[in-house]
Amino acid sequence: MINNSPVIVTESLTKRFGEITAVNQLTLTVKRGEVFGLLGPNGAGKTTTVRMLAALLIPSGGTAQVAGFKIGQDDQDIRRKIGLLPESPGLYDSLSAEQNLAFFGAMYGVENTPEQTQKYLELLGLWNRRYEPVGTFSKGMRQKLAIARALLHEPEVLFLDEPTSGLDPQASKLVREFIEDLKDEGRTIILTTHNLEEADRLCDRVAVISGHLLALDAPGELRRKIFGRKVVFHLQEANQALVGALEKFPFVSEVQAVDNKILAAVENPEEQNPELIRALVNEGAELQFVGELRRRLEDVYLELMGAVEENNHGKN
Amino acid sequence: MERIRAIIIKEWREVFKNKFVLFTVSFLPLMITVLPLVILYFAGASDDFASISGADLPPQFEQLCGELSGGDCMLYYIVTQFLLLFMMVPVIIPMTIASYSIVGEKTTRTLEPLLATPVTTIEILVGKGLAGVIPAVLTTWIGYLIYAAGAYLMVSNMAVVSKLFDPLWMIAIFLVGPLLSLMGVSIAVMISSRVNDPRVAEQISGIFVLPVVGLFIGQMSGMLLINETFILWLAAALLVLDTVLFYFAIQIFQRETILSRWK
Repeated sequence: MINNSPVIVTESLTKRFGEITAVNQLTLTVKRGEVFGLLGPNGAGKTTTVRMLAALLIPSGGTAQVAGFKIGQDDQDIRRKIGLLPESPGLYDSLSAEQNLAFFGAMYGVENTPEQTQKYLELLGLWNRRYEPVGTFSKGMRQKLAIARALLHEPEVLFLDEPTSGLDPQASKLVREFIEDLKDEGRTIILTTHNLEEADRLCDRVAVISGHLLALDAPGELRRKIFGRKVVFHLQEANQALVGALEKFPFVSEVQAVDNKILAAVENPEEQNPELIRALVNEGAELQFVGELRRRLEDVYLELMGAVEENNHGKN
Repeated sequence: MERIRAIIIKEWREVFKNKFVLFTVSFLPLMITVLPLVILYFAGASDDFASISGADLPPQFEQLCGELSGGDCMLYYIVTQFLLLFMMVPVIIPMTIASYSIVGEKTTRTLEPLLATPVTTIEILVGKGLAGVIPAVLTTWIGYLIYAAGAYLMVSNMAVVSKLFDPLWMIAIFLVGPLLSLMGVSIAVMISSRVNDPRVAEQISGIFVLPVVGLFIGQMSGMLLINETFILWLAAALLVLDTVLFYFAIQIFQRETILSRWK
């Protein structure tokens, strides 16, 4: 469903608050239909970036286009094309779910608000609670209602700022599944989250930021770029001779024996594994099974943040 | 217009569920309507008023009362005193409503999703402003009509009662009242854009009721005579002031500043 046409393009996007630079020279492109993750520690500039792209904050420098409209120039058009789920749901507690959506339907100029309200409240399991004041809703229900509000006008781009933050596992799962459904529909979604497992599962590409851009790619590619690819050979018994058999290959950059396993860093396991397996068997290995060491996105993130910290210590 | 209408309805649904706001909006006009009627009742029943002659009154009363007798002139003077009290209603009510509506949006963090919609700053301010002005003006008018009806029943001299419908009162109630309301709402919007507690906004806004209180004291002490010329000048001044204040309210309502100064 991902289309190569860009829906968000930023060029050296910068935001300063007084002397503090919250976002520094951010350059990225988001493709249509993509779920794009913005990852980073607290204060990394994720929310500020989302607010700039949602035409809520005026950039201090650089340029950005959202759905073909320029930020700072076509802000009203941008607001018509985007849906925003902020960090806090921001619903009117004394109003019912239906009244909340009716109000935002009017703000977005939605012509068929009652139909859209029914569609999204049913999809999110809130239709039977539509007349109840939002103040009586659980956190998960409020979050779902805020998502319905963000979708009411069928936006081209959806910004979800920490959509599962503070939710219990069941509510988080429901929200995640709904985002997956939206992804299947081909919506462009910008997702900021601290939940790296969630980002790994939902995002086509992620940008790791800490004021500035640290890395940008698909989660799998980031893993490969940072840790390379490691094949794990599970053996009856690992020994030094087997390690030596693998070290002979020029395409193997690192070999390590751990318990009954041998880990080998290789460039292209799909092509090179047969040769390695043959060499191990010839050396007398009793091979049980072969797999690839799967690094989590969290490992990538921690590696990048570690590098930032080291860099900061170096500067100090 | 649809957005402004939706904002007004939303504001009323929200604000009138706040018991404090509801109390302020209903108690003040009730008090300002009932209290003068009570005073009027006892004044009308008093024999002392009947014995007052025109010569007992200060010279400026002649301008106010025209052909009325001394006692009736005194009665009319009392009736007129409450005109300025009625002028407080359209200032205080919108200030209370606007203070709670804007700062309330900040504290409940509802302003961010609202500002993310295509609604313009003018639409937000007009919607929120009218949500305060409409109930204030209607309350003032209803209060005035109840007061006039009460005076009709309690005051035997129709010449005194008919004075309640003279141009002075008409201009005050139907022109100065709404203009004062607009002033109150613009001031509350400006203050609410800068503070984070609705009570603080309301208290600071309350300072701006003082000029009306000053007029009331000035009139009570005899230093000031509220007549048609004065009220017309007041209306003209308020018209200019409202235009300036609304312009500044729009300038001060900086979306970015409001969003980034929340924490």
